[in-house]
Amino acid sequence: MTDIADLYQELILDHNARPRNNGTLTPCSHQAEGYNPLCGDTLTLYLQVEGDIIRDVKFVGSGCAISTASTSLMTTALKGKTLAQAESLYRAFHELVTSESPRADEALLGKLMAFAGVREFPSRVKCATLAWHTLEAALHARKEPVSTE
Amino acid sequence: MSALLVSDHSEAPPVNNAVYDVARLRRAFPILGREVHGHPLTYLDNAATTQKPKAVLEAIEHHYIHECANVHRGAYWLSEKASEQYEQARKDVARFIHAAHAKEIIFVRGATEAINLVAAGFGRSLLKPGDEIIVSEMEHHSNIVPWQMCAEQSGAGIKVLPFDDRGVLQVAELERLLSARTKLLAVTHVSNALGTVNPLKEIITQAHAHGVPVLVDGAQAIPHLPVDVVTLDADYYVFSGHKVYGPTGIGVLYGKREALERLPPYQGGGDMIRTVSFEKTTYAPLPARFEAGTPDIAGAIGLGAALRFVESVGVEAISRHEAMLMAEAKQVLSDIPGLRLIGTAPHRAGVISFTLDKVHPHDMATILDRQGIAVRAGHHCAQPVMKHFGVPATARASFAMYNTLAEVQALGAALRHVREVLRP
Ligand SMILES: Cc1ncc(COP(=O)(O)O)c(C=O)c1O
Repeated sequence: MTDIADLYQELILDHNARPRNNGTLTPCSHQAEGYNPLCGDTLTLYLQVEGDIIRDVKFVGSGCAISTASTSLMTTALKGKTLAQAESLYRAFHELVTSESPRADEALLGKLMAFAGVREFPSRVKCATLAWHTLEAALHARKEPVSTE
Repeated sequence: MSALLVSDHSEAPPVNNAVYDVARLRRAFPILGREVHGHPLTYLDNAATTQKPKAVLEAIEHHYIHECANVHRGAYWLSEKASEQYEQARKDVARFIHAAHAKEIIFVRGATEAINLVAAGFGRSLLKPGDEIIVSEMEHHSNIVPWQMCAEQSGAGIKVLPFDDRGVLQVAELERLLSARTKLLAVTHVSNALGTVNPLKEIITQAHAHGVPVLVDGAQAIPHLPVDVVTLDADYYVFSGHKVYGPTGIGVLYGKREALERLPPYQGGGDMIRTVSFEKTTYAPLPARFEAGTPDIAGAIGLGAALRFVESVGVEAISRHEAMLMAEAKQVLSDIPGLRLIGTAPHRAGVISFTLDKVHPHDMATILDRQGIAVRAGHHCAQPVMKHFGVPATARASFAMYNTLAEVQALGAALRHVREVLRP
């Protein structure tokens, strides 16, 4: 049986209590809004991309512990990455939290491995992926706010 | 089928006037014996749907095993039997809500479809540009969106009857909102997000003084309070079977005869006509006029059984038991540091909504679930209510006839544990 501590790992609790990169970034090169209509979580993500490199990332929003920690950890993981690396991370993270038998790339995911337990809590997967879907929208400059539904 | 469905008279529900024997009552609900995540199930999401007693499961099974046929169609024994049972269910509903005539009971899919049926009728043939519909601020989305759709279609406008910071409707505002343009008032009996019981009699009397008919959303009242549609003088009263111990897929639109006859048919098809030709079709009288196609026969029979089950326990007795659970919940929750009750109206039933400082309701619900406790977290399909209180979501515990004081206390203990897990 999975334990509640498999979901709420130390790292997740820490990033929920003290989210990193919290705030706005203006001007910035990319921006998108995310929304989870099921729980009312909202998120605005700001990115400063120079050339091929993500120089800075910030966010504001309100959400549950999983969604807040996921956004916070994502922002720390993205800084300094190339756009191609960000895409790989997105795919690896998605597989980690949604696949039945993920081939988790631990080296690539690093601290994001803290979300490995989310898979066992199907109703919380969308909380973990909201930030990442919003990232996709920001990078691909979609105008509509992304929604988890 | 399952051994659980075998009747056992020692497990019959307690009868009226007897001591309220909740342990015995629980045995009538097979699912309450199960475990979740290694803990006994503590089911506190009854406002979403209630669990089903054996009597309901048996009635459905009996229909399919012994009396399955379509209704009102066959001149043969089996169809007559099925029709008789289906119509008996209609009589059960009429008796339960004290309707004057069984034909004022229309079977639909649920509260949502019932409201859509009335709204579609108003939109299609009773409203014109400039007309107004009054909707309260505490409605479930299913009593908002159909009116917005019908307003859009007809050019009518929507006015909102607000509630105050306790979650009490500001009925005094009605005088300002009601006018010659008002064509309907839609209001819930009990709020699914706040638990508020609204002063329906007063609201309906005021609306009627202006000649305005009232649709009451009874989805959250039916399982908790005695309902008498004639005394209330409601023009339309809707509810879902699954929230009152019946199956999903069946619900009720009650309408006063004239109120129903004003409405054009909803869906066209078999059973709702008198005669059909390509020149002209004439419609059947009530209730068939609004029941196009093969209805949820087994669902209606299950609902009839559910209502008889509730009657055997006694609506008043259930009300008293749940009031005790609510009082205990208020006490237990108020003692928890950082807990804020959302909705503090003096008259509430069945539902208690709350937030916990620095803890998102979703995290609360996940942590409680791991202890076998099912509560709802979210906006409860009542986003205007969330907005009023400035919260994205709340956690909600909602009670049924089978919940116990021990379960309420378990909820309290589990909520204290939430802070230990999350250390927000
Ligand atoms: C007050 C209220 N009205 C209407 C509904 C809609 O009921 P259903 O989804 O069964 O149609 C609900 C269900 O959540 C409710 O609580």
